[in-house]
Amino acid sequence: MLVLILSVSLSLSLIACGNSNQNNQEETAKQHDHSAIPHEADHSMPTGSEMSMDENKSITDLIDDYLALKTALVQDDSKVAANAGQKLAEEASSIDVNTFEVSKQPEIKEILEVVKEHGEHIAKSEIAHQREHFEGMAKDFMDLLAITGTDRTLYQQYCPMYDKGKGGSWLSDSQEIKNPLFGSKMLTCGSVKETISMK
Amino acid sequence: MKKWLKLSLWIVLIVLVGIQFVPVQRNEIEPVTNADFIEHYESPVVIGNIIRASCYDCHSNQTKYPWYSNVQPIGFLLQNHISEGKSELNLSEFGLLSNRMKRTKLKSILSQIDNDKMPMPSYLFLHSEAKLDSLKKTLLVSYFDSILVDIDR
Repeated sequence: MLVLILSVSLSLSLIACGNSNQNNQEETAKQHDHSAIPHEADHSMPTGSEMSMDENKSITDLIDDYLALKTALVQDDSKVAANAGQKLAEEASSIDVNTFEVSKQPEIKEILEVVKEHGEHIAKSEIAHQREHFEGMAKDFMDLLAITGTDRTLYQQYCPMYDKGKGGSWLSDSQEIKNPLFGSKMLTCGSVKETISMK
Repeated sequence: MKKWLKLSLWIVLIVLVGIQFVPVQRNEIEPVTNADFIEHYESPVVIGNIIRASCYDCHSNQTKYPWYSNVQPIGFLLQNHISEGKSELNLSEFGLLSNRMKRTKLKSILSQIDNDKMPMPSYLFLHSEAKLDSLKKTLLVSYFDSILVDIDR
């Protein structure tokens, strides 16, 4: 039993370490997938293994909450969106910034504060206002993912008609356009601007 | 029956007089610091005056209290309002925010003014000088917009 637990946790931490180290080693990792990951992991195991696990999980949860919010807005469901906003705010404030690299901490902290602010407003507003805050968050989310990496491929999508023609962005986990800024009023307005791929 | 009515009126009166002596914390923190929005951005006088008149009673550390704020329970209600306003946006401490947060707050400010959500109608009812006519509104919107652009740069 103990052996089983150990081996499971070891393999999990290997995966986690592999992920965080791939930022610099993307090319290597692509070419030598199998050899590169365990090798990289050996270096950072003693201090880094658990840390990067937490880090990845918290960002994964945050992306999940964001996408749940997006789906609610696509469906014009203000109530579900409010709950999703609440969850997003709670997740953003529960993330321990200290689990990230020191040099990245200040910006991550600022981004999470802003995400929390948006989430709180979404939790208590009507749908037009919810959408404003959701749109306002897109750039911050992209900045965050550029720093932390993401566990899945995401697409930045853009509809030029939002906000009286000023345009608006959001992130989606599917290439297909389902517009959360207009919902059923203009469900297909938009196009993919950028692909944010897994690191 | 009449006796009861008389008694309850007396009780109401005593309570009303009594609460006049409950101290209310007033939102008049001096002095104005460099973090103050108008100081921080060295806003033109015209703009600064509009912002002070229309926003500062509820969104700064310097509320200009009307006389009836000394009458309770009106004063309590006002204080509640002010703390709520300040928790959303405190212009006296705007300079301390991160650029990212400044941007977020400015976008909210712009949207609130643009959609006539702020200043609140209930506030304007007793503060006609705070009303943003279309000229003031245009001035403020383009001013806040220009600050937003500067932050993004």
